[in-house]
Amino acid sequence: SKPALSMYRALPDGEIAIEEFERFAMDRLRVLKGIEDLKVKGFRFDQMEPKILELYEQHMGGATSEERHRKDIISHFVLRLAYCSTDDLRRWLLAQECDLFRARFNQMLADEQVPQEFSEELREKLLQVLMSLPGVKATAGMVTADSFYKVPFEQVPDLVASRRVYLQAGFAYVSRDQMSSLVIQPFRAALSKALTVTARRWEVVVAPGEADRLAPMVQSLSRRYLGPDFSNREVDDDKRPKAADIPRLARESFPLCMATMYDALHEKHHLKHDGRLQFRLFLKGIGLPLDQALHFWRTEMAPVTPTEKFTKEYEYGIKHSYGKEGKRTDYTPYTCAKIVSSIPGVDQVHGCPYRTFNQQSLRSALGRLQVSPAKIEEAVGKAAAGHYQLACAAAWEGKHGCSCDSGINHPNQYFEESRKALQ
Amino acid sequence: MAPYPQAGPTGTDFTSVGVQDMMKLYYSRLFPTQEMAKWLAYGNDSKHPQSDPSFFPRREFCFTLDGDIFGGAELAAALKDRCPSKLDIGPVYNVEPQRRAAYQNSAQGFVPVERELVFDIDLTDYDDVRTCGQGGHICTKCWPLMAAAIQILDQGLRRDFGFRHILFVFSGRRGVHCWVCDERARKLSDEQRSAIASYFAVYKGQERGVAKLVLTSDDHPAIARAYALLREAFEERILPQQQLLEEEEVRKAVLAYLPNDAIRSAVRQRWQGVHGSEARWEALKEEVEAEAQALERGKKGWEARAMRRSLKAVVFACAYPRLDMEVSKKMNHLLKAPFCVHPKTGKVCVPVRPEEAYEFDPDTVCTVGGLLNQLNSSGSAAAQGEEPWRATDMGLAVDTFRQCLLDGLQEEVRAGLARKSRAAAAAAEAGLAF
Repeated sequence: SKPALSMYRALPDGEIAIEEFERFAMDRLRVLKGIEDLKVKGFRFDQMEPKILELYEQHMGGATSEERHRKDIISHFVLRLAYCSTDDLRRWLLAQECDLFRARFNQMLADEQVPQEFSEELREKLLQVLMSLPGVKATAGMVTADSFYKVPFEQVPDLVASRRVYLQAGFAYVSRDQMSSLVIQPFRAALSKALTVTARRWEVVVAPGEADRLAPMVQSLSRRYLGPDFSNREVDDDKRPKAADIPRLARESFPLCMATMYDALHEKHHLKHDGRLQFRLFLKGIGLPLDQALHFWRTEMAPVTPTEKFTKEYEYGIKHSYGKEGKRTDYTPYTCAKIVSSIPGVDQVHGCPYRTFNQQSLRSALGRLQVSPAKIEEAVGKAAAGHYQLACAAAWEGKHGCSCDSGINHPNQYFEESRKALQ
Repeated sequence: MAPYPQAGPTGTDFTSVGVQDMMKLYYSRLFPTQEMAKWLAYGNDSKHPQSDPSFFPRREFCFTLDGDIFGGAELAAALKDRCPSKLDIGPVYNVEPQRRAAYQNSAQGFVPVERELVFDIDLTDYDDVRTCGQGGHICTKCWPLMAAAIQILDQGLRRDFGFRHILFVFSGRRGVHCWVCDERARKLSDEQRSAIASYFAVYKGQERGVAKLVLTSDDHPAIARAYALLREAFEERILPQQQLLEEEEVRKAVLAYLPNDAIRSAVRQRWQGVHGSEARWEALKEEVEAEAQALERGKKGWEARAMRRSLKAVVFACAYPRLDMEVSKKMNHLLKAPFCVHPKTGKVCVPVRPEEAYEFDPDTVCTVGGLLNQLNSSGSAAAQGEEPWRATDMGLAVDTFRQCLLDGLQEEVRAGLARKSRAAAAAAEAGLAF
């Protein structure tokens, strides 16, 4: 039989490989971030429900129901560890987990629903109750056999006390929304409490012994970017861009942050260190091979940088980014999260322009990028509200004339989606 | 005989005797100890194997004896011995109340296990809407307020909650008590009791001369049903008998429920040419309806509905039951037992039939003095073997008690014992320790 929807009251038992520990948590995090995205996009809960369930299926599915259940429990508790340490993190986890629980609970109710026998008279009374509830626009269509549950009145004292249910012969007729609320309130309260307890115990009990093993991974979970990292692209050599392509590509497919940096580099023949790092990793991510990168940078910087100076001071850095020097780590291009969080100083042009530009500069920059006027306004509005990545997505839509369903989380993602759209 | 026990002819001995001095006689000759014990035992006084002899001793009884309070009981003997001026009934605890101190700090504690769902309605709480008297006053003019409360509670408890064993009792001076004795009711938690009391609550005190009412713009079916009952009671009994719209104070209070000054002055105008509360009420209704229709014609549907609702608010404010929520909420609340005698009035707390609630006359309830007189005069006329008190008005009261509560309860009690037997047999078969 199917395990019931868990309310995560008991700690999981048994052993788990550290790889699973991390992977399960990341998959669940994808679901929760997806839920957050839906909310930021402004969907109502009932519109979100099917998408939430899809997301859950996609990332948390499993071959057997036991596997799914195990993954569900373990991933939830690992995320508790990762998201308990500050008030902001706790609030975030609570919000997303409650929405996830609500969607899954409603699905469970719908699955287990046994249609009731509804006489006309009963239907009328139920409609009367709905009409008496403040804030509810009651229509006859809301009273269907599968939208009400018949429970003994003892089980719903709050609803009885406030006369929010119809009572007959000792039974209360509870609507589906009321049913969810009844279960979700205690779920929320229990999880909220558990998170504060976990925070205290984590620091006292777990951290010292697990400092090397679990702590770093758990701590980084809350900051993790979850999309592809745009490194090690397996691309045919002849499909890779060349240095000569970059001006065109910048016009057609660079996100504002990179287009801005390209313009600055092209105009001033120089970028400061942080900008260089951000930009060259991006270029690596679009597939620019090392030799082309060296050529590009050398050419762009030539007017103010003699060749020997370039070789001595800048070539090393480029090769380093490609993993050909020093630690030989193949560095990954920066995500939007990372870029947004870096604030440029005077004379610097890195960071996220949706955050750093004022509205006027943003408007003219987007105009130069050939974004449609309506979308310019939308992007400016979203940027003003602090939704920088949504602003970038709006700009993408305004430039390509079609919608960007995936949202923008990475400059290279912007670029790839753009190339796809232009084919 | 009249439907309710009436006070007998003024006897030479008893009606001039102090109430407390009659209590010994009352408890030895009149108080229906056997019926009360049978009620409160809920089947645990029988020889049935599943009957629990510790059940009745675990019930808390509180005797008030000229101000002193005792607890715990072997009921009959204790009553005769001590002749309390007041007898209160509490819950059934997990151990006998006398052993309370030993258990209070133990692991299991001293906790209530079951207790009837109870309600208490007192006419003192209606002082702002009755003109015939205040405080401890009660008469046939304000009794209809209690009758309406009885009927609304009775309907709600039966139809909405499915309870069947309900007893309404005159509380001896100025109100009624309600005892809901179904097993399901006895097992309710404090939270559930509180919820039921809230379900029936509409009146929540006064604010600036106007009642605070918990009413939504569209009625819950229970409220609609209560309103139908109330409206009739208000228009045909309460309003005429109280002549509510005679006094300026009450008139002002009633007008305060109307939505605006314009309608208020319109009504006052009409009232100048009208006499008597019934006529004034009709005039008020007409003005309100006329104004509502005018608003509708002016496409102000929402204001029209508010106008009509204000009439409803008046009826609810003047007549809807005002429960004492604290009494119902907690299992361990002590409530006066039926068939007690009120120490000041000597009146007996007799049961009231809901279907005859309006016919009950609080002025002619039998008194302990009257009953003792009846005993004297009818003693020799008693049938062979029958106890003398059954020929007095107490006999009638006890008949009502049996019909309203005791007889119906026996069925539930028998079914409960049978269920326990089946459970015990099943457990024995399954080899479980029992």
